[in-house]
Amino acid sequence: MTQAAVTVAPAGDASYPLRRGLEALLAPLAALVGAVILFSLFLLTLGQSPLDFLDLVWRGAFGSWFSLQNTLQRASPLLLTALCVALPGQLGLVIIGGEAAVVLGGLAATVAALPLVDAGPYLVLPAMAVAGAAMGGIWIGISGWLRARLGVNETIASLVLAYIGLAIFNHLVEGVLRDPASLNKPSTYGIGDDNMLDTVPWLDVHPGLPIGVLACVLCWVLIYRTSTGFAARVTGGNIRAAQLQGLPVAKLIVLACALGGACAGLAGAIEVAAEYGRANASLNAGYGYTGILIAFLARFNPLAIMPMALLLGGLGAAGGLLQRRMGLPDATVQVLEGMIFVAILTSDTLYGRFRWFQPRGN
Amino acid sequence: MRQTRSSNPGLSRRTMLTGLGLGATTGLAITPAAAKELVVGFIYVGPKDDYGYNQAHAEAAALLKKMPGVKIVEEEKVPETDDVSKTMESMIKLDGATLLFPTSFGYFDPYMLKMAAKYKNVQFRHCGGLWQKDKHPMNTGSYFGYIGMCQYLNGIAAAYATKSKKIGFIAAKPIPQVLINVNSFALGARSVDPSITTTVIFTGDWSMPVKEAEATNGLADQGIDVITCHVDGPKVIMETAERRGIFACGYHADQSKLAPKGYLTGAEWNWITVYKQFIGDEEASKPLPNFVRGGLAENFVKMSPYGPGLSAAGRKNVDQVKAEILKGGYSVFKGPMKDNKGNTVIPAGKAYPETAVELESLNYLVEGVNGAIA
Repeated sequence: MTQAAVTVAPAGDASYPLRRGLEALLAPLAALVGAVILFSLFLLTLGQSPLDFLDLVWRGAFGSWFSLQNTLQRASPLLLTALCVALPGQLGLVIIGGEAAVVLGGLAATVAALPLVDAGPYLVLPAMAVAGAAMGGIWIGISGWLRARLGVNETIASLVLAYIGLAIFNHLVEGVLRDPASLNKPSTYGIGDDNMLDTVPWLDVHPGLPIGVLACVLCWVLIYRTSTGFAARVTGGNIRAAQLQGLPVAKLIVLACALGGACAGLAGAIEVAAEYGRANASLNAGYGYTGILIAFLARFNPLAIMPMALLLGGLGAAGGLLQRRMGLPDATVQVLEGMIFVAILTSDTLYGRFRWFQPRGN
Repeated sequence: MRQTRSSNPGLSRRTMLTGLGLGATTGLAITPAAAKELVVGFIYVGPKDDYGYNQAHAEAAALLKKMPGVKIVEEEKVPETDDVSKTMESMIKLDGATLLFPTSFGYFDPYMLKMAAKYKNVQFRHCGGLWQKDKHPMNTGSYFGYIGMCQYLNGIAAAYATKSKKIGFIAAKPIPQVLINVNSFALGARSVDPSITTTVIFTGDWSMPVKEAEATNGLADQGIDVITCHVDGPKVIMETAERRGIFACGYHADQSKLAPKGYLTGAEWNWITVYKQFIGDEEASKPLPNFVRGGLAENFVKMSPYGPGLSAAGRKNVDQVKAEILKGGYSVFKGPMKDNKGNTVIPAGKAYPETAVELESLNYLVEGVNGAIA
């Protein structure tokens, strides 16, 4: 999965960077086409028309202003939760516990907001963002620290910590932090309508979208345009070599995990500030898990996360229309997502297969 | 404005596809249905075939599909997040729905309320929410059934089937709606034999199939020989109970197929009554009621047919109490009543029928229940 960390274009092959970019673009595209063909065969066995299906996906996800907003809305939290996987992914780590960072980030943001409700949104919202990001950063940072210091497998650690995090969340929301007025859906006290984030002007989409896009761009700059990012990619390419070079590998691991966790925690804080106004079980909506899928589809590249989040957001948005018009069960979209996932992972083997994309010259 | 703009490209795409002769069917027309047809949207939080909460609604929706002049659009597995707002909006804009039934508790606030403020000509009726006249818009409302009475009858049936005098209840969360059912089940059993104890296990969430199976096995291992539940999909619990050779009382929908030997009876929703009422009013252009509640007498809830495990004496007793309930004013919660910590929760002489608002904030387990809320 890990990309070649550092590639240097040989002298005299000026078009190589361009061809390399083209390869990175064409491989997932070919995989996407392959997955759609496979899925069409699946639909034909069910006696359904693949063309109707594609037509409805287009209409439900992108074909109208309403559909497009629906897609963007669903993609927003996924941008940040995918970063929670992609940043540690640059170091060759597989973190799958982002869900806990989302819910605990949302809870921490709510707790930070509650004493400030009368102070107004200019104080409440920054406090929520900081608290959410810090909480998420600490939670995923623990997995990084366990990996760096004790050699504990970060995948298992983050997964187990996700269960623990959700249990703590439920315990607090249904216990000490519960608003006694929330009878049949235990929730914390609200942060107040006046303190909530407005939707983006002209768009019926909450500010998670621009924040997510900004975060993706910043993370791309961090990874591909700074020495810290360079050191992280070297570590991901070959950890022994990085250690021999004297790179602070342990610090990099904890940093990448904490930054990723901060993104997911921020996603939780934004969901509370823009959508729910309080922390409750709605936060546990699987954004953290869908983020894993997107990060892998994007091959951990923060810029590629954006189109992939759009794709999955769009499939989510179209899923309802598919159920209503074609009478297909909700699981149909999951079958398609599964096929896309497998196809894109398989397409990794395409890299380097075709001469034309390879460096030329001496 | 947006609606017109958005539908045009869709139509031209369709024309193109039809031109190619590649299988666009008329059923996919994007224009909202003709004015005469009433389009009704149903939204479920889980799968439509969960043998439980969602199936109970979907079965009613399936019956409505047969009504002339009514078109039903359904969407399953919609989470209680902003996704449900988008689903409602999509049903309104793309399907032309004018009456929506979001059936899960968490859909009400803020999602349904937000959509109701935005689409004032669409009627929203929500299952389980507490609609209040001074707080919520008039194009919204809520409906629910007093199913606790059916759990009381389940308890009576359980008392006739148990040999160990120990029965069990697997519950999702210790919230009032659930606690009413746990207590009713225990009180029903104790009305037959006061020595019966009810053990309750909370799984923590509405759909936890693995924990539900573990809980069923755990209860069976303790010698408990009748169980019932309040989770979204009782399928796993019923199947596990049948495998363990113990009796079960159903909840939400008829689960007798899953446990043909051990199924005694069950507490079921009968949502078709409510939906027919709303749709009838809508078709007659009458204002829809905003706050609708009903129990056994109103046919909002019903009991499953008796299974082979329930004795003739048991059937007779359940029938008798049911007849009493149908007369109206029957109270399961009446004083003097103690909770399972020994505190008096209802003083002597006080009684709460199913309609009592006091029950909506119930927060204790009655005497004879093993378990704790917090």
